[in-house]
Amino acid sequence: MKLVGKQTWVFEHGIYIQEAGTAVGPLEAEGPLRDSFDIVHDDLYCGEKTWELAERRLMQEAIQICLEKARLSFADIDLFLAGDLLNQNVTANYVAREIPVPFLCMFGACSTSMQTIAAAAAFIDGGFARSVLAATSSHNATAERQFRYPTELGIQKPKTATFTVTGAGAVVLGRKPGRWRIAAATIGKVVDAGMTNPLDMGSAMAPAAASTIEQHFNDLGISPSDYDLIVTGDLSRVGSVIVRQLLAESGYDVTNNYNDCGLMIYNPDQKIFAGGSGCACCAVVTYGHLLKEMERGAFRKIFVVATGALLSQTMVQQKQSIPAIAHGVVIEAAKEE
Amino acid sequence: MDYVVAFMAGGGICALAQLAMDVGKLPQLHVMSLLVAVGVILGISGIYDRIVAFAGAGATLPLSGFGYFLTKGILSQKELDGWLTIGAAMFQFTGAILSFAIVLSFFTALICKPKG
Amino acid sequence: MSLKTNYRQAVKAFQPAPPYFFNSVKAFVVGGLLCALAEWLAKWYSSFFSISAISAQQLAVMTMMFFAIVLTGAGKYDDFSQFAGAGATMLMTGLANALASAAIEHRSEGWTAGIASQMFKSGGAAIVYGIVAAYLLGLFYYIVS
Repeated sequence: MKLVGKQTWVFEHGIYIQEAGTAVGPLEAEGPLRDSFDIVHDDLYCGEKTWELAERRLMQEAIQICLEKARLSFADIDLFLAGDLLNQNVTANYVAREIPVPFLCMFGACSTSMQTIAAAAAFIDGGFARSVLAATSSHNATAERQFRYPTELGIQKPKTATFTVTGAGAVVLGRKPGRWRIAAATIGKVVDAGMTNPLDMGSAMAPAAASTIEQHFNDLGISPSDYDLIVTGDLSRVGSVIVRQLLAESGYDVTNNYNDCGLMIYNPDQKIFAGGSGCACCAVVTYGHLLKEMERGAFRKIFVVATGALLSQTMVQQKQSIPAIAHGVVIEAAKEE
Repeated sequence: MDYVVAFMAGGGICALAQLAMDVGKLPQLHVMSLLVAVGVILGISGIYDRIVAFAGAGATLPLSGFGYFLTKGILSQKELDGWLTIGAAMFQFTGAILSFAIVLSFFTALICKPKG
Repeated sequence: MSLKTNYRQAVKAFQPAPPYFFNSVKAFVVGGLLCALAEWLAKWYSSFFSISAISAQQLAVMTMMFFAIVLTGAGKYDDFSQFAGAGATMLMTGLANALASAAIEHRSEGWTAGIASQMFKSGGAAIVYGIVAAYLLGLFYYIVS
């Protein structure tokens, strides 16, 4: 049985991340992880005419560099999974227009990175594909104008606000033994804690993250100490404290091996409020930084929980609360053949 | 002295609006609308006229001043000739301000790209 | 009170509160300074062009809005508002910024569907409430007087 417990998929037959590629914007490049990223843009427009085109360019570049590093071409890919934050997933769909590979579009808000990896691993394990390309992206300005206000509008944001990461990440998964093995994935349930403030996503997403992490431990019968690092996607300064408290209340102590991608990507002195968020936050930190750290031997086994606030401006304006979801993937360092 | 009064009045209105956002948890665009509406109410009752005589730009530059200008147009009509004049009169002073802002915003948008 | 049992209440302890006092002081000082500047402009216009006090006030407001729109075009007014809060947004300059920022943001959708149609997206509310309130109270004033 590949399903263990209620929500966890265990992949026993060796599914590996072949290669990963990342592209980021200027503010991410000013952060501490600059050298982990493959492509760095100095300009928020990335040489394009509009924000949306800039985001598309980032995803295209992440895919391109990923395939180059893996020495693969589109002919070697059986399935393409991608998603982003924009309405109708325009970035993913328009990128897929240029890629002659069967395509499934995915939406999980900021949890898209781990959602695509988990789905890709399942397709490969089930024999429906040999190698799968998974990509996701977000852009600060496209997200601001769609979910909040025009970028130049003077709005005084509170300390709880998060800052959408500009960037894109892509990975190729396959059966060929590589440096990183996908060991398991826990698919989250939609959790709605009743939060309504779109300028405080950390509080809205923390219960979803806690739910997925607890379920993962329950399903596999393990404890937090089995991992070198448990990392959430974009809970930021507010949500990461809440999730730690929620886990502590359930009897799981993650004080020593917990971190959040939204806190890792920027320097604390950058003007980014509570920390980074967006699909690209978890994607570029995991695909860029964490995979390199594992290769270096800093971590042997990590649990990446990408958190997504399923936010819609229309629903928020109709006074509906913000549902959230979190998907976790276990990545193990593997010795290359 | 006039500048000190303008400073105190304008600053006071802004500080109250800030408290409405921070303590009252009202969204910014709601507070902006509210401030204009308060200006209209104080304007039509003639109170705002006295505040402007006292504080000058300290009362006209805050958004409540926009509400004041709307009612100032209505009140300054010698004779209100039916409801049609109300609609026209409220733009006597605001028309210049609004059309200026709209035209300038339009041309700015043609020239400038959003910087993010 | 634990997060598990009553999340919506307990979570408030984890959400940093805005710096009430500091924010208000910033709004007071910046808003006050801008108003004093506008008062200086109004006085100057009034004596230089020898126009009525109300026209001078109008011109001063328009001058301030001009600077706000120019700063919005240069991409600086949003940073200024983040610092000054209500001191920047609750003035007519804030309304000018609301119109200009929406227009600039939507230039990518073209002149008509973008700039012209979307200009009132965020500033429109204040203008609509002003006109509706003035219309209703104006009618009331007309009937009473």
